[in-house]
Amino acid sequence: MKTWTPIAVVVVLLAAVPVLASNVVLNFLVVALMIALAGQGWNILGGYGGQYSFGHAAFFGTGAYVTAILQARYGVNAWVAFAMGIAAGALVGAVIGGLTFRSGLRGSYFALVTLAFAEVLRILASVAPITGAGVGTLVKLDLRVGAMQFHSRAVFYWLILALVAAALIITRLIERSRFGVWLVAVRENEDAALALGVDATAVKLAAMAISGAITAAAGGFYVQYFLFIDSGLAYGTWISIDALLTPIIGGVGTVFGPLLGALVARALGEAAQWLTGDAPGLDLVAYGAVLVLVIAFMPRGLIGGLADMRRWLTRRPAVEAGHG
Amino acid sequence: MFSPAILTAAIVNGLLTGAVYALVALGLTLVYGVLHIINFAHGALLTAAMFAAFFAYQQLGLDPYLAAFLLAPAFFALGYGLQRFVIGPASHGDDRNMLLVTLGIAVIIENALLYAFRADTRTIDLPYAFTTFNIGITFIAVPRLVGFAAVFAVALALWLLMTMTDIGRAIRAVAKEKLGAQLAGIDVAHVYAVTFGLGAACVAIAACLLIPSYYVNPSAGNAFVLVAFTIVVLGGMGSVPGALVGGLVIGVVESLSSLFLGDSLGQVGIFIIFIAVLLVRPSGLFGARA
Repeated sequence: MKTWTPIAVVVVLLAAVPVLASNVVLNFLVVALMIALAGQGWNILGGYGGQYSFGHAAFFGTGAYVTAILQARYGVNAWVAFAMGIAAGALVGAVIGGLTFRSGLRGSYFALVTLAFAEVLRILASVAPITGAGVGTLVKLDLRVGAMQFHSRAVFYWLILALVAAALIITRLIERSRFGVWLVAVRENEDAALALGVDATAVKLAAMAISGAITAAAGGFYVQYFLFIDSGLAYGTWISIDALLTPIIGGVGTVFGPLLGALVARALGEAAQWLTGDAPGLDLVAYGAVLVLVIAFMPRGLIGGLADMRRWLTRRPAVEAGHG
Repeated sequence: MFSPAILTAAIVNGLLTGAVYALVALGLTLVYGVLHIINFAHGALLTAAMFAAFFAYQQLGLDPYLAAFLLAPAFFALGYGLQRFVIGPASHGDDRNMLLVTLGIAVIIENALLYAFRADTRTIDLPYAFTTFNIGITFIAVPRLVGFAAVFAVALALWLLMTMTDIGRAIRAVAKEKLGAQLAGIDVAHVYAVTFGLGAACVAIAACLLIPSYYVNPSAGNAFVLVAFTIVVLGGMGSVPGALVGGLVIGVVESLSSLFLGDSLGQVGIFIIFIAVLLVRPSGLFGARA
């Protein structure tokens, strides 16, 4: 019960939102859930596996481009293209992971390599003819369910919510599986995990493929929602930062961390934007500040912070519990 | 397919650009060598310094080369403060947190600049910006030659600081054996902050050398910092000679690949080297510890 009930409750509550909410609120939530999905992908590799990627745009962009290009250039059905985009994300994850983990790159090096791959892909996408180079790729407006486009924003919302729900379930399944235990063992102490017979490279590789697939799904959804993609949107640093920011704010290595983090981060960003009019920049300043503040004062994110607070409220005089 | 004159010009230009790259990389490698983290705020600090140099000239009429003598200490103080009072305390001694905090600072600086100055690209007009002279094989613009000489002056100063002074010895001790240094009575937090400050000072000088011939906008530093990452990896993370040699190599590679592949793909050549080095020889050419 405790395993699945929270997920069911959260998803059902969120699914009821379109009944009450205006289009503006729905639009906000669609984007927030899309970011949450990208963050859920990051969280599998970064949160559970301890491999902090600074270049998850590589997966988001690949999912987006594959979904867009297959439709626009080859007339593939949107749903099929979307599925291929997810598969491509897994493939890119496996390739980057295969190259980096085999040479034993960790920590700073891993962050750098992932960032470099995203950057290479961005530059290539900005010049390659197949991506539409500087012009980008447009997906034709075709408001049919068969084309994965919907008249009502609520349906888009339910679609992204279903994807988020699927990612929540996958995360919970991983958490409860032997694979999940190996993954956490690698995060906590890779050498010790190796000594116990865990094939660390294979575990990280699998985590990166799953992570890439989930983040690529967010990219594919982006294309269906906005019907346009270019190299800056697909492989830009904004999505790499969003993908790592959301789990870290919400609670790194927790099932609900990315979802909570995405809602809070987007709300803060919107508030900063609203306070300052249309001037660009301040929403991202708020992001950066929140990132630093959360790491400084709530290293386990909002979820960890709330847990600490509850413990503090329920048994005040108890011995100060150690962190973690 | 290209005449020797064009190739020579490309190589000379590459070396001149590479020197400034090397200076940016020097700051990065210094921080990595001691703190063992990549400073992801490096590019944002470079952009901030370029804005500072720009406004020093535009508002105060201060020549960028003179401004370097003001901005270097100012950025040293800024870097010192950032590490001592923000990055250090916020990251609780965890390397991954440190990476994230520097990334957060980068996001803050870059977007604060975007908010303050918009995305407009700015350049300054110096009387000597386009003065060139003939060195026999090709023409060289004065600002680039000054930059080239200044980079080696800075590297020499840094080397003297590291080998001749107490703080230099302390920095090297912490880089080698943090715990041992601590036990010997070295204030590690102070050494970390000094190192970070030196990295920021390198970036401030690089900005002053760049501004006469380059533009500034809120993301101007990023182009350099990605190149600097490559140089640091190529030369060996933490290796100062590696950064210098790596900088020159990368400058030439970029210049030649722009010549052969066109401007937009020039950077791809750099990244392919970057990824190849990381995968084949992560310790870099000069073999610092991985």
